[in-house]
Amino acid sequence: MRVVEKRQLLSAEEIDRTLQRLAHEIVEKSGGTKDVVLIGVRRRGVPLAQRLAKCINGFAKVEIPVGTLDITLYRDDLSTVAAHPVVQSTEIPFVVDNQDLVLVDDVLYTGRTARAAMNGLFDLGRPKRVRMCVLIDRGHRELPIEATFIGRKITTADTEIVEVRLQEIDKEERVMLVDRVD
Amino acid sequence: MPQRLRHLLGIEPLSAEQITFILDQAKPFQEFQRHPLKKLATLRGKTVALAFFEPSTRTRISFATSAARLGADTMNLQAESSSLKKGESLIDTVWTLEAMKPDGIVIRHAASGAADFIARRVDIPVMNAGDGTHEHPTQALLDALTIRDRKGRLDSLNVTILGDILHSRVARSDIHLLSKFGARITLCGPAMWVPRELECLAPNIHREPRIETALAGADVLIVLRVQSERIHEPPISLDDYILRYQLTPERLRCAKPDAIVLHPGPIIRGLEIDPAVADGTQSCILEQVTNGLAVRMALLFQLVSGAAPDAPHPAKENFA
Repeated sequence: MRVVEKRQLLSAEEIDRTLQRLAHEIVEKSGGTKDVVLIGVRRRGVPLAQRLAKCINGFAKVEIPVGTLDITLYRDDLSTVAAHPVVQSTEIPFVVDNQDLVLVDDVLYTGRTARAAMNGLFDLGRPKRVRMCVLIDRGHRELPIEATFIGRKITTADTEIVEVRLQEIDKEERVMLVDRVD
Repeated sequence: MPQRLRHLLGIEPLSAEQITFILDQAKPFQEFQRHPLKKLATLRGKTVALAFFEPSTRTRISFATSAARLGADTMNLQAESSSLKKGESLIDTVWTLEAMKPDGIVIRHAASGAADFIARRVDIPVMNAGDGTHEHPTQALLDALTIRDRKGRLDSLNVTILGDILHSRVARSDIHLLSKFGARITLCGPAMWVPRELECLAPNIHREPRIETALAGADVLIVLRVQSERIHEPPISLDDYILRYQLTPERLRCAKPDAIVLHPGPIIRGLEIDPAVADGTQSCILEQVTNGLAVRMALLFQLVSGAAPDAPHPAKENFA
């Protein structure tokens, strides 16, 4: 399978502005920062959650706790994919009971990652509320899951892939729409 | 990423990279043991056959608990109640179990090479839980995880193994594993239990009959149980053993001040180890037990999850 880049969805500067806006929205819609905790979903949700926390600290002067969630053990396709599964650590160094959690991920697509992430979270305790924040919502949901905070909503074809490339992981900063060519 | 394992039959054929990968994979499962809710659905619908042709308590419970925490079901075969008593051969028993369609099999058997023998004759992953005096790979992996956590590294350690090394599959697996990371290994025990041939297992192994000398400069001490059930003619009386080889607080002071003490269990207090050492701050004995769950969960996850090699391969991108 070959992929071709079709177009750029967000530039580095747009990613930054989008995150600033999302950070403000999270604080506004939460009525402040009390009990608000960000959980980044591995992999690219992690740097995004850290950046959101930094933005919030920038204007609200509050340190928001940030955790990291690995959903490998909660995936629903392990028994069908013959690939080599690799688990990574979940680092949530605080109690999630009664916290106001915001799951952070790069792309919302089928909703299966979000479902897996929620299962993972509820194994750790009973949060007061769970909401979701994504940089890109590309549609094609297969589960009744929606994000509360959305950076950019785009219409995509099923064959297309949204690639979020972040400095921390990919050494470049932009969001691309690519297409699979058979 | 190293080549995916199909079975875990022993430590000897593994590369240092493969071992490091398994230990790294065990980290998230160590964290998991502290969760309030210790139940995953990861291996839901999978079945693991536990075929213990030799009595075992801790290894069997550890594998059964690991499987349960991953959401898998287990089938249990125990030596005492098995049809082996009625004269069925090992392979017929295993084929019978396999016909009940488990997704993996854990085997312990008194014959060295039993796990390998079975792996060649079944189509499911085989995990060796101890075969005769050959290997006990999951014990070596949990020992390595414990050592790496306490020492911060695995390479170039001074390791002293005390006791009946000849009959110990744990010692053999530990020697293979730690040698791959450049350990200098000292073997100490009654001469009959520490034959010269053991020095051929890996480079940098030497024997030392005096315990005080054997302990000097050690980072890690592995104390073995005196396996009275394997010994028909003890080369040494128990009183003599205690006098010459028991790990006491005084002798422990010959090792490095931050040396750690491991024991595969079951421990016999007052025989191979003084209770003050077993319960002391340098002892890792109970940590080893907890780490056993993490290692076995990581292993079951690696070997038992995923589709059979011949299953259709749906596009991975369905999960974005």
